[in-house]
Parts: sequence; structure tokens; C-alpha cells
Amino acid sequence: MNALNWTETLRQQLEEAGIVVDQQESAYTPHALVWQVAAEVWQQLAELSMLQGLRWSAGWAEQTGEQFTVHALLEKQGVYLLIRTSIGYKKPELPSQASVYPAANRSERHTHDMFGIKFIGHPDKRPWTRHKAWDKHTHPLRKDFPVQGSPEIITPPDMDYPFIRSHGAGTYEIPVGPVHAGIIEPGHFRFQAVGELILNLEERLGYVHKGIEKIAEGRTPQSLARLAGRVSGDTTVSHSWAACMAMEQAAGLSIPGRAALIRGILAERERVANHLGDIGAICNDVAFVFAQMQFSRLRENWLRTHATVFGHRLLMDCVIPGGVKSDVSDSDCRLIKQDIIPLRKELTDIITALDLNSSLEDRVYTAGFLPEDIAAAFGTVGYVGRASGQDFDVRRDLAYPPYDQVKFKVALENQGDIASRFWIRYKEIIAALKLIEQFIDLLTPGEILEEWHVPVAGSEGLGIVEGWRGEIIAFVRFDGDNKISRFYPRDPSILNWPVLEKLVLNNIVPDFPVCNKSLNGSYSGNDL
Amino acid sequence: MLRLFKKILTTGIVTEPVKAPKDVELEQLGIAIKRHIDRRYSGSIAIRQIDAGSCNGCELEIHALNNPYYDIERFGIHFVASPRHADVLLVTGPVSRHMQTALLRTYEATPDPKWVVAVGDCAACGGEFGVSYASCGAVSNVIPVDAVIAGCPPTPLALVQGLLSLCERH
Repeated sequence: MNALNWTETLRQQLEEAGIVVDQQESAYTPHALVWQVAAEVWQQLAELSMLQGLRWSAGWAEQTGEQFTVHALLEKQGVYLLIRTSIGYKKPELPSQASVYPAANRSERHTHDMFGIKFIGHPDKRPWTRHKAWDKHTHPLRKDFPVQGSPEIITPPDMDYPFIRSHGAGTYEIPVGPVHAGIIEPGHFRFQAVGELILNLEERLGYVHKGIEKIAEGRTPQSLARLAGRVSGDTTVSHSWAACMAMEQAAGLSIPGRAALIRGILAERERVANHLGDIGAICNDVAFVFAQMQFSRLRENWLRTHATVFGHRLLMDCVIPGGVKSDVSDSDCRLIKQDIIPLRKELTDIITALDLNSSLEDRVYTAGFLPEDIAAAFGTVGYVGRASGQDFDVRRDLAYPPYDQVKFKVALENQGDIASRFWIRYKEIIAALKLIEQFIDLLTPGEILEEWHVPVAGSEGLGIVEGWRGEIIAFVRFDGDNKISRFYPRDPSILNWPVLEKLVLNNIVPDFPVCNKSLNGSYSGNDL
Repeated sequence: MLRLFKKILTTGIVTEPVKAPKDVELEQLGIAIKRHIDRRYSGSIAIRQIDAGSCNGCELEIHALNNPYYDIERFGIHFVASPRHADVLLVTGPVSRHMQTALLRTYEATPDPKWVVAVGDCAACGGEFGVSYASCGAVSNVIPVDAVIAGCPPTPLALVQGLLSLCERH
């Protein structure tokens, strides 16, 4: 069935079920269809979409005057369907989609915490993003909530979150975090274990909630791009790209070809840098320090070229609305290309040495197994999804510029264990190196920045890119005067975190760090 | 196994020399030492890193301190897993309100005498996030800060030099 077929089939089924769909014109057709539906059929629409095999990708709300608009983004075969519904400001309620799509669970709880929209029939009534920084009867993303809020001098800890409990002889609980033993972000993990075996794991995140959605309001496009670049510091290029793509759609702007290619180079370089770090860190978590030292050395070499060519080791603020901040000269291109040659050779040497190491194999094969059906049920994206047979990559399936100009293979594995997530990263590095070379060869002289047009009030945009962790969504709506009225970034971690609770089951507690690292979700990108 | 040893031998030692910085250099790097440093620490410090709300950018660069190029342990500076083992708390991020109590408790759990180093622009002044319903802003709004290493994020070199200036023999 091709892409157009499924939208037609779904529409017919909706008609048969008596659901009226109002297809809206939008800036982001043809990549995404926009369907407005009545609030009462919100859940029914999810059920029919589930039957059609659509993946639930993102959900968010916004306040426009005296009403809320709730959005949910679904996807199949690289075609996106944005469904939206409007509900009243007084007693806002909506049938939950979380009972149909587990991926919607935390997202709806976030929307409840931030807007006070009640999702009827939601399987989990607990808060998610809210701890104790604001009262449960106030909602930060409502327009009448001041940015400063009314916090206490010392925000108390969230002591009464009802974790799942275990009973019976021999079971015990291990609370971990929010402050962890390593140099990593804060979050809480609650284990139930028998002996060393993990019976259950529950994540409690939200510790690094910085109010990104709220402080985005009223910003200029340039300032929003900076903020988006700090949603998750390791994904700075892709988050600012997604935000800029959304803003450019809203402004009706198309960026110069050269700028798109440079964005492609930046995003692929970011992917390589993070995968190099991750492969080393996975090995380090099973005490294989040789690999950690080698990969952190390769990563450092790579970052130094970032600094030389783009002026920042992590590539922050290189992507700006309308294009990119700085051009690459011919000598920069030569340096980038020259860098790739020794990296390829060194990777071959190191990977061969690792592949023959039985003590490493013993730890990463079969551990942290994520079956294909669970990966599909949770809508897992990026390398975590692709290591468990989820054949989806925005770069290939949506083919946004510059990826429409190149041919490349998307790596896929179906073993679903830590080793699989290790190998898929290696394959993605190799593919990214090729892409960088292709993009450089395609560069022709030209502009790198399109002049900014002020978008009309109320215009919106939806940026969708493949970050190094997977699919990133950014929704932007403008007010008048070039100011942002709503920004919602959906980091891939939001879809990937829940499967960590699944893939650690029946592993031993000491293997949790390596299981977690193999997934490597962003805490900051999740908590916003 | 032979391939592994061959790779180690052919890679050799890549660690780069870093000199203890002069005051002018520190200023250029955006490093501010606010308080007189206790002399008892000369020689070695144990660091507990706390992410109090950062975007993870600073953590990536702090990680780099342990890579073979910077190899910060050669200076007697090492990262520990508990605040109870630490002399220095290296705090990143604007302090999110949800992390405020955790940061205060970690600070209390660190034995005296102790220093707090705020790392990155957010930790120094609130950075891109500032003070809001969700963020307390700078680290100094929550616990006393002894030194600041600015940057978004600070480079590993700035971090090494900032830390070296703390444990310099006076």
C-alpha cells in the first residue's frame, strides 16, 4: 500500500464510523496532512489509526484566546498526519489516546501538568513533569501564568510520587538518583529486584525541567534558535535545525541550497561525534577501558575539527533562521575530507580488535533485549528503533533537503540487544562519513542565508528532522511582531525512554548502566 | 588480543602538556576565583560533578577531561561517585527548581572544607534560561560559589586551567 492509499483508506473508515474530518490547508503540506476533528472522537480516531498501523509520534497543546488546541502527530511510511481538535477553556477535557498508544502516555501527562487539560480514560493519573515547583491547580503554559510563577524559596522534594510497589519475601527496592554517580544528567530510577535480577524498573524524570516551552514565548526567531540549540546540548544542531525549519515554513521561506548542504554536514558531524562517544561509553560501562580511551581520542580529534571549521566544539548556534551562520571555505572542505581518511582506518583497526574480544561479547550480546513488537508498540525511533527492526529514518523517508540529493543506506538490525545498538551506531558513523563527503562534493558557490520575512500573526510551522538520536519534531506558532507564541520541541528521547523500562527486565542490576547507555536518552530533552 | 596491544602501542601517548595559568590567562578564559583557596588542598582534589539542570553540553566537555588528550588525573584531580568523598562540587546548569533540594542536600553531604565551582554560563548567571517558575538561575542563588568557569560550554582547556588554578601550590 503506498502512502496516499493509507490516508484515503483511513478517511473512508472515519466516514464509515461517522467521524467528520476537516482537512486544512497548511504551510507544511505535502509532508503532513492536517485534519481537524471534534473532541469527542479523539480516542476513536486513535483506535482507527492504530488499526491502520500508524505510529504515534508527538502530542502537544496550545492556548489560543479562550480555547485550547490539542495536536497529535501520526506517521506511516514517511507521511505525517497532524490531527488537531479544539476544546473550551473552562473545564478542558479530552478522551485519552494513551489507552490506545502507550507512546502518548507521558506526553498527555505532560500536557495535563502544563495546561490542566484532563485526559479522560488515561491509564495513569500521576503527574509527570510537575514535581513541587508549582501548585497542581496552576498550569505554567496557560497564558495567564506568569513566567516567574510564584515559587517557594526552597522548592521541596517530590516525596509522595506513588511508585509501583512490590511485595513478598526476597524482593527489595533500589532507589537511584536524581544525583547519579557518574558525570551524567539527573533523574530517578526505582528498581524492584530479587537477588540481582531486575523485576521492574520505573523512571521518574522531570528533574531538569527548565520551562523551555514557557520561556520560548515572546522570543525572536534568532533567540528561539539559540534556545532550541540548548534543548539537549548533544543535539544542538538538529534541534536548532528543526526549530528553524518550522520557523522558515511559518515565514514561507526556503533556504539556499548551499545552506541546506552545510546544515547536512553539521548534522552528520554531530551524529558521528555522539556515536563515537557512545560506543566508547558502552564499552566503558562493561569496564573495557581500551575502547573508551580510543573512542574518546577519536571524538576529541573530531571535535577539534568542529572548532577549527565551525568555531564551536559542539557546533552550537551554527544553524540560524534562514540558513547557517558561517560558510565553509575550500580549505575547510579539504580539512573535513582529510579528517575522514584516518578516522576510517582507525575505526577499522579498533573495531576489529573489539570484535575479536570475547569478554566484551559476553557482556553485550543478548543483554538489554528489546523485541521488535515492543519497539513498534512504543513507536521507538532512531538507533534504538532501528536496532529492533523499526525501519524508519526521516532523512530517507521524508527526504528533506539536502538528503533529497543523495543516495544512502539506512542501517537496520533486528537482534535488539546492546550489541545491536552498538553495531548500528558503527554503521551509522560509516554512512554519515559518506554523506559528509557527498555533501561537500555537491557544494556550489552561493548564498548561505536567506533574508528573513516577518511571518503573519498566527502562522505555524512543523520541523521534522533526523537528529542523531532519531526523529525530532518542532512545532512553532508566531504571534505578531516576529514573536513566538508557542514552541514545542519533541526530542526522540521522549519516545525512547519508556522502552528502557522494558529492555532492562530480567537483566541484572549491575548491567543497568550499560543498558541505559546503549539507549542514551536525553534527560534535558525529555524534561524541557 | 595482539591487535589490541598493537593499537595501544601504535597510538602512543597523546596527552598534551598544560601549564598552570597566569591570572591574565584566567581572565581571558572567563574564569573567576572569588575566594581565597584553602592551602590544605594543594596537590590533589576529588570532584563530585552535579548536573543541576544543564542541557548536557557542559557534561560532554567535563567528560572530555578524562580523555587521553587532557588526562586530568595526572594533576591529581579526579572525579568521585559520592559527595562524601569530594573536596569540590562542580555544578553545571541553571539550578532547576526540581533539583534545588537535591543540590542543597548534596552540598550538605560534602564534608568541610569544600569549594563549589560553577561551570558554564548557565551556572554562572542563568545563561539562556535565567530565573523562572522552573529555574533558580545561577548556582550562587542556591549555594555559595567559590569559582566560576564561564563558557557555553567551557572548553576542556578552560576547565583544566580553572581547576589547576584551584589546586595550585601557593
